[in-house]
Amino acid sequence: MVQGKPSGRLGRRGVLKAGAALGAIGAAQISSPFIVKALGEQPFKIGFVDPLTGSLSLLAVSEVQGAHYAVDEINKKGGIAGREVQLFVEDSANDVGTGVEKIRELIDKDHVDVTMGDVNSAIAYAISQVATEKGILHIVPGGHTDPITGKDCAWNVFRICNTTSMDANAISEILIKKFGKRWYFITPDYAYGHTLQAAFVKNLMKAGGTYEAELLPIANSDFSASLIRAKAYKPNVLLNNMGGLAQIDCMKQFVQFGMDKDMALGGALFEIESVLAVPPTAQAGWWDMEWWWDQPGVPYVKEFVTGIVDRYKKPCSARHWFGYVGIYSFKLAVEKAKSTKAIDLAHTLEGMELPPEIALQPGKVFYRAGDHELMPNIFAGEVHPPAANEPYNLFTVADLVPGDQAQPLAETGCHMTYPS
Amino acid sequence: MLQLVLFNLFNGLIIGAFYVLTALGLSMILNLSNVINFAHGNFLALGGYLAYVLIPYIGFWPALVVSPLLTAVLGFVVERTMIRRIYGRDPIYSLLLTFGLAFMIQDGCRYIWGVNGLPLTTPASISQPLSQEFFFLTGYRLFVVGIVIVAVAALFAFLRYTRMGMRIRAGVLDLDTVSALGINVRLLRSLNFAFGIFLAGLAGVLAGGQIGLNPNMGDDLLLPSFVAIIVGGMGSLVGTLLGGLLIGVAAAITTIFYASASQAVIYVIMAVVLLARPRGLLGEEGLQ
Amino acid sequence: MSGMARAQTQAPAAERPLLILAGIWVVLIAAPFWMPLVGGYTSLASRILVIGLAAMSLNFLIGFTGVVSFGHAAYFGLGVYGAGMILRYIAPSTPLAVIAGILLGGIVGSAVGALICRRRGIYFALVTIAFQEVFYYIAYKWDSVTGGFDGLRGFQRQPIHFGLFTLDIQKNDLAFYYFVLAVFAIVVGFMGFVLRSPFGRTLLAVRENERRARFLGIPVDRHIWLAFTISSFCIGAAGALYALLNNFADPSSLYTDLSGELVIMCVLGGMRSFWGPLLGAAVFEVLQDYISSQTVNWLFFIGLIFVLVVMFFPRGLLGVFRRRSAA
Repeated sequence: MVQGKPSGRLGRRGVLKAGAALGAIGAAQISSPFIVKALGEQPFKIGFVDPLTGSLSLLAVSEVQGAHYAVDEINKKGGIAGREVQLFVEDSANDVGTGVEKIRELIDKDHVDVTMGDVNSAIAYAISQVATEKGILHIVPGGHTDPITGKDCAWNVFRICNTTSMDANAISEILIKKFGKRWYFITPDYAYGHTLQAAFVKNLMKAGGTYEAELLPIANSDFSASLIRAKAYKPNVLLNNMGGLAQIDCMKQFVQFGMDKDMALGGALFEIESVLAVPPTAQAGWWDMEWWWDQPGVPYVKEFVTGIVDRYKKPCSARHWFGYVGIYSFKLAVEKAKSTKAIDLAHTLEGMELPPEIALQPGKVFYRAGDHELMPNIFAGEVHPPAANEPYNLFTVADLVPGDQAQPLAETGCHMTYPS
Repeated sequence: MLQLVLFNLFNGLIIGAFYVLTALGLSMILNLSNVINFAHGNFLALGGYLAYVLIPYIGFWPALVVSPLLTAVLGFVVERTMIRRIYGRDPIYSLLLTFGLAFMIQDGCRYIWGVNGLPLTTPASISQPLSQEFFFLTGYRLFVVGIVIVAVAALFAFLRYTRMGMRIRAGVLDLDTVSALGINVRLLRSLNFAFGIFLAGLAGVLAGGQIGLNPNMGDDLLLPSFVAIIVGGMGSLVGTLLGGLLIGVAAAITTIFYASASQAVIYVIMAVVLLARPRGLLGEEGLQ
Repeated sequence: MSGMARAQTQAPAAERPLLILAGIWVVLIAAPFWMPLVGGYTSLASRILVIGLAAMSLNFLIGFTGVVSFGHAAYFGLGVYGAGMILRYIAPSTPLAVIAGILLGGIVGSAVGALICRRRGIYFALVTIAFQEVFYYIAYKWDSVTGGFDGLRGFQRQPIHFGLFTLDIQKNDLAFYYFVLAVFAIVVGFMGFVLRSPFGRTLLAVRENERRARFLGIPVDRHIWLAFTISSFCIGAAGALYALLNNFADPSSLYTDLSGELVIMCVLGGMRSFWGPLLGAAVFEVLQDYISSQTVNWLFFIGLIFVLVVMFFPRGLLGVFRRRSAA
């Protein structure tokens, strides 16, 4: 199993129970659970829907690990406003219908206070609509499609990862400058791929470029026909917009056909989980990282990274950070609002700046009030094979693009309305 | 443009070869045992994974034979312990049984080898593109086509010229009579099932070398294989062969002109065949 | 097994005392009140009812006509999209949505049934699977209308106006449950009525011995087509309710996996019994729910349930119960 123990057993029947199974963390909890118990209050329940199985599972597992890590940290220090935190994780199986069922179950049956999820944009989109219908605060940690905080933004929905437009805007200029204006897209045929490609195309058109594009199923595995066409088109850059396993498979076949000699690679996301899984010749190209572990001199980052790597024996990725920030956002909101009502929490989160030990990067990181989108830095740079003795050193940051700059509020199309 | 057409035709041939290999196995089992083997794609994946385990010890070439054999042995055991018990009962039970097995094998592979795909190392001698211009013609892809041709020829020779092959063919037409002639029909079915699984295992190793291994790798092949059987005509292995090649190449040609309809064309072919010739291209009249 | 022996357990609760039937309805009507006591909740009750209706509709074909469709999720899913698209694009009317779902599932099912009703046994099943894939593919690919992989969003079930008063099924889960129960009652009543009619009796005759039925002059192909059609209309209704339940439609509602699950529900509950599939649906839904929250390897255990049921429990819960009570 790729998944570590903690998410292997979904901690749905109370996370302390699951947490106790976590060895080291269990020990830490035994030492201080009285803080929580002494208050004797109802636990604070967080529902988390993520695709623990299916082609995006390696990303989802990291998010859930980050969330568990935050929950354990918080419970060790007395919970959220004195209440023990329980994390209820459900598997959406990378299927929108299942995700919708699961979020309803979390709300109707487990009576969770807040919800979060999903890596898959389409599921994130659909379940945040359910949360709105039910009047529950929802955080999307890692589903990128624009309308969630764009034209379909809602008073109760916040998002940590970037919009596809932010990611595209942060890297488009670099790709054009470095390689040229003739692009070929291989794009997954769902919400994420559609908006991501549209954002790239918009930038490319502005620069007077040309492109061809191909939409493939989200879990596609044979890319030979598409790569044949890509090769025939002779682009400067191949933008591999697929995610998770599909992106990895596409990269492998790209190398197999020897196409790395003909065109550059690039695009929005090539996450560390995926970079590690492709052959060295495909560990290349210019991409965005939405958070990067190697930030010398930035406070608190090293502690977080070491904590994750030690506990899960794998690199600390942006997905860990998403899950971590998600849980802490609830804590910050509840404790500042002194309420758990969704509307109060929403108003509190609007404009809220993350403290440095949560932001874990330089500059001001805050939830933009107008669209509820977190405004972190986007780390644009080059992916490369690992340096000697440093297996996770796979990316060199060239530019830090502030999120607010990557996509100004006016361009999101969001008109926030609140329940009367 | 010509180059593009050639590439796609050849690609269609390879995809068609995989359809053929998968569909022939399915078809053999369907014809003699009256079982739709939903787990066929998962046996295929299992074949690939077994090769992954074996290659470090015995190398690629022996693994190409040994891992399909092991998969076939597993298929034999599954047939003897489970599938055999539902022969002669409502077809609903065989459907459900193999459906459940499919879930179990898929998740078992995921549990053992991980969700993250694994590479299947192929010998360097056949891994390189043959030329920069014909980058797509890797030695491996030619090799795949060659192996499939050999396997299919061997299968048909076996069915035609060996005693057991003749019994299998006779059993497809009239199992009761074959049984009345004193032939051990139970063993015949078990072995036939194992043959079908062997083909799946072989397809798994070949596909693994081409696109890598993952627990769902057989899923994309299963439904087109069903279509290949329907188009070719139920009860006819030659029909299955034709059906598999036809839809593989048709999809590839469509890809050249209108990529996103490449899968739709498979279903269009099926609908046309069902309307114009309900028993399929070479289907037996009696079997519907 | 002789036809006579089976015939005794086949009629929809006909020989069972009315008491049992009344008991079933009391349990269903009271479900929102007793479910919380055993850890359930109202929307789970609605869900079980909807899925149960789908399984019962499928069982009309499998259990009472003896024809195996392994692709019935297609007509369920068409019901889901039919209802969803009405609410999304045409009119905010719940009754209209339900009718549209029934019609879409039923009419398409009827057309497919006409194409395939001459096939039998495993080949019939094979073709139903292939057609299901066609509709899945259309739902997946026809992005601009169906929403593609992302699903159809942005619609909500609407309160129903009865002139004098309004039933708020939108906000009130309890009201929605009774709305579902009402539709369920109508559809189930219809199926029960058909099965007790002379036509229903001939379906049983086809199931028990097709050749004999043919000799008796029953147009077997046409009867199978009619049964397929009725079953598709009914499962379309279940699909429409499913769209209202989730306020959402997506391609997985017409995927093979759902078909397999519906079939296992029929067998698990007892496919020779009219109410068996409802019981099967309840048991399977609760089991699946529980297992998928306990382990990421839930798929393995779901598969195991399939295998175990086939190997050791082929007559299903009610089948076992009946055999015991008969002994």
